[in-house]
Amino acid sequence: MALPERAQVQEILRGMWITFRSMFEKPVTIQYPEVKRRIHTRFRGRHVLNRYENGLEKCIGCSLCAAACPADAIFVESAENTDEERYSPGERYASTYEINMLRCIFCGYCEDACPTQAITLEDNYELSFTSRRDAIYTKERLLVPVPEGGKPTPQKVEPGVFTRAVPEMADPTD
Amino acid sequence: MTREVTLTIDGKQVTVPAGTVIVDAARKAGIDIPVFCYHPKMEPVGMCRMCLVEVGRPMRDRATGEPILEEDGSPKIQFGPKLETACTVPVSEGMVVVGLSEKVQAARKDILEFLLTSHPLDCPICDKGGECPLQDLTMAYGPSESRFIYDEKMHLEKHVPLGDLIYLDRERCIQCARCIRFQDEIAGDAVLEFYHRGRHTDVITNSEPGFDSYWSGNTTDICPVGALTTADFRFGARPWELKNAASICTHCPVGCNLTYNTRREAKSGGNVVIKRAMPRQNEEVNELWICDKGRFAYHFAESEERLTQPLVRKNGELTPVDWDEALTLIASQFRNAGERLLTLVGGRLPNEDLFNLKQLTEGLGGKVALHTYMGGGEYVVRHGLSAGSNLGDLGAGDTVMVIASDLEEEAPLWYLRLKQAAERGAKLIVANPRPTKLERYAGEVVRYTYGQELSIFDDLKAKVAGATNLVIFFGSEGLGLAGSKALAAACADLFVSSGHENTKPNNGLVGVWPAANTQGAWELGFTAGADLGAASLLYIVAADPVSDDTAAAEAIQNADFTVVQDLFLSETAALADVVLPAQAQVEREGTFVSGERRLQRFYPIVTAPGQTRPDFDIAAAIGEKLDIELKGRFPSLVFPQICAQVPAFAGLTYQKLAEVHPQWPLVDRSDRYYGGTSYGNQQGLGVHLQAAEAREIPAAPTAPALPEAEIIAVPVTTLYDHGRMVAASPVLQPRLRKPFIRLHPADAQKLKTTDGMTVGLAVDGGPVAPVLVIEDPAVPQGFALVARSMGVPIHQPATFEIRIAETSMA
Ligand code: SF4
Ligand code: SF4
Ligand code: SF4
Ligand code: SF4
Ligand code: FES
Repeated sequence: MALPERAQVQEILRGMWITFRSMFEKPVTIQYPEVKRRIHTRFRGRHVLNRYENGLEKCIGCSLCAAACPADAIFVESAENTDEERYSPGERYASTYEINMLRCIFCGYCEDACPTQAITLEDNYELSFTSRRDAIYTKERLLVPVPEGGKPTPQKVEPGVFTRAVPEMADPTD
Repeated sequence: MTREVTLTIDGKQVTVPAGTVIVDAARKAGIDIPVFCYHPKMEPVGMCRMCLVEVGRPMRDRATGEPILEEDGSPKIQFGPKLETACTVPVSEGMVVVGLSEKVQAARKDILEFLLTSHPLDCPICDKGGECPLQDLTMAYGPSESRFIYDEKMHLEKHVPLGDLIYLDRERCIQCARCIRFQDEIAGDAVLEFYHRGRHTDVITNSEPGFDSYWSGNTTDICPVGALTTADFRFGARPWELKNAASICTHCPVGCNLTYNTRREAKSGGNVVIKRAMPRQNEEVNELWICDKGRFAYHFAESEERLTQPLVRKNGELTPVDWDEALTLIASQFRNAGERLLTLVGGRLPNEDLFNLKQLTEGLGGKVALHTYMGGGEYVVRHGLSAGSNLGDLGAGDTVMVIASDLEEEAPLWYLRLKQAAERGAKLIVANPRPTKLERYAGEVVRYTYGQELSIFDDLKAKVAGATNLVIFFGSEGLGLAGSKALAAACADLFVSSGHENTKPNNGLVGVWPAANTQGAWELGFTAGADLGAASLLYIVAADPVSDDTAAAEAIQNADFTVVQDLFLSETAALADVVLPAQAQVEREGTFVSGERRLQRFYPIVTAPGQTRPDFDIAAAIGEKLDIELKGRFPSLVFPQICAQVPAFAGLTYQKLAEVHPQWPLVDRSDRYYGGTSYGNQQGLGVHLQAAEAREIPAAPTAPALPEAEIIAVPVTTLYDHGRMVAASPVLQPRLRKPFIRLHPADAQKLKTTDGMTVGLAVDGGPVAPVLVIEDPAVPQGFALVARSMGVPIHQPATFEIRIAETSMA
């Protein structure tokens, strides 16, 4: 076996020097899952379906998110609210709401299309499934918990209070 | 020939018949003039002002009347100082219409701003959103901002059931009155009207029960906003999510063209389901309309009670088995059947199925028969309508006669068409023992007593004399099989002896049959009136003889072997040895022949449940086991065989049935503001069967005598009966009437009953059923009207018994 040439030895030593030097650098690796990554304000993670403070669902089952979705990932079916069984303000609510996370490309168009800010893409990026079925997030999985002081849906409410599906905009030019 | 007028619209020359309004002329030229209140099928009212345009007319010298010319020799055009409504102004020679000027654009913008002052921000939840003229026209012509104050918007009721089928959202209504005018002008049920004035104008219903009309669904199609919605489709889906497929209504012999809208549905396990039925334009059949039965009764196919697998009677119980076991058993029984076999079919079967069943049975040496309470098809096969016929062409000089039929209850669209024919000037003769709604439009009303139908024909002969074209509709009001056949023979005789021939368009007999393809069965050579008791092997397909004739049950019990093939476990099926699950019309393709002898094709809409198979395929499968070669798999393989064998079908192909040509009004889903949300027709208008040199016409039978009794029960037909094809629809439930016996007050007194009382009724010694007594002075004395398919078996005039003690049975 021939001895290594001088140039080769030099290269090996240089590489070892880099390795040695990096031992004193601050590591960039995050110890996931013990440590979670910082989320930027405009990060688009898994969706949630929001509620109003009183617990009513913001989603009115209008399917505009599904229409906007370029990946055809959303399926909505709606039904009619009554004051005895009210899910959302106004007449219509989503009786079925599903997002197929395998299809979703996290573009956020659904959030943009929603007239009530019901669907928003939040911070959760921990999406892992063991079956295709599990990748379909149903309304139950997407809905946020009932806020404190609110009631779960369906609610029995005073007649004639929640007649408007789309809330009045605080600032219409917004 | 009407005079033609040439005018210029937005620089384009258009020639249209005199009398056309500008909107329609523009439509013909492919120019959009937006409208809300105008509808091409109704009289213009000029209420919404959306159609404002600039109109100029050639100037004339006052003294000489000569046209004044510009320097270049073209006529000088004078424009009016104000805009005019294009929907009310008829065209005139040399007229110049401008719809693109700034003035017009500004006017459209203002009108939309007005209309939106109190319109809610409902588009996301509105059933019309996505197919809404107000949305579309606002996008095209509207302002981007409103100057009106948001807080001054009117807030009105959003959930107002006008009736059981139609909901009104008062906020969304733009007071165009299309709904009101439709009910008044077209349907002839003026059950809607405006209430209050100005900003408080409201649509209300003045009928009890609310919106009491068989036509209510059509108002939701033509309402230019989402103010009117159906109970069936409310929040069912967004319009853009729906797929559409062409079909033919299966509920009556008119054969209305439909488009079914479908979508996957979570609660159906992700299956494609029908979301709504919409009219599909066919100006020769249903124009832009369908009745509420056609629109809402389609649910029967998705009923939980459908048969989904073959059943074979084992130890007295019907037990599920696989197809092969059932077919093998049938084959072993049917082998060498010969004359012992009788195949009884129902009129809702498509032609392809009827054909295969006939081939199978005749191949085995058996007999086929049609199960129907109404006969006389032989005469319609010979004298029915033929190519070129269109009830929409009937007018002055023509005569239409309707005898023994309450058309609105039996074949609603024909009622509309004949009402219009009468309004166009055709002579309408209505002959019936009691008043019917069509009589309001009749030129002549002939009254006779039940059982005396034939006695009026001398009188009728004089009445139809001199008609350019003659169309005779005959029904089965108060008649059984023999009676209606005798009536058909008399009508055929009247038709021929008055000098008419069905090779001429718009001349012929029309049978108001009980089912969608009864006419097809006659055309294929089926006859009625078979004696079930005479056969020992029965094969009953799509028929339920037991429910309207108690004698049938006995025949089945006496038979050696009975196979019933149906959608449901009917009363007949419950007695069978083998029950085979068939597919519903919306689950497969095929063709129907309408009462006007128009052959029309329908397509598969949804997938079939369980192990169901289409009837033609089942027949072919039985045939295969018995070495009779029949085409299964596809109706398109059976159809050419029919055309080769049956002269009336000669030369027809599925392609011919799919042909379309432009229809007026030009209705298209791309500009719904004009014709409404009904569908245009891209899938075929259908073709008339040929005027066949028919087989022998049987000699006119003698009319059967009425039974002997002081008061005789006679069968009548109601639109919403209690058959499974209607009653299975949840939306129609509240519209179903209780089973009734309708009596003259004097007769009611004789029977010691009063209006509104529930009594037990037994017809012809049959089982006792609870019915409501209705006193009605319009009922002829000595007769009691009992509706068919309403739980009381009645198929011909009969004696009856009332049991008052059984009031508790209600
Ligand atoms: S984020 Fe984009 S792809 Fe994902 S569901 Fe929303 S619209 Fe569809
Ligand atoms: S999430 Fe928003 S856009 Fe989607 S259906 Fe609900 S309300 Fe409509
Ligand atoms: S309900 Fe519809 S069709 Fe009737 S007046 Fe109002 S907007 Fe017009
Ligand atoms: S008129 Fe007859 S064919 Fe037309 S929709 Fe009604 S039931 Fe169906
Ligand atoms: S005024 Fe012409 S369309 Fe309404």
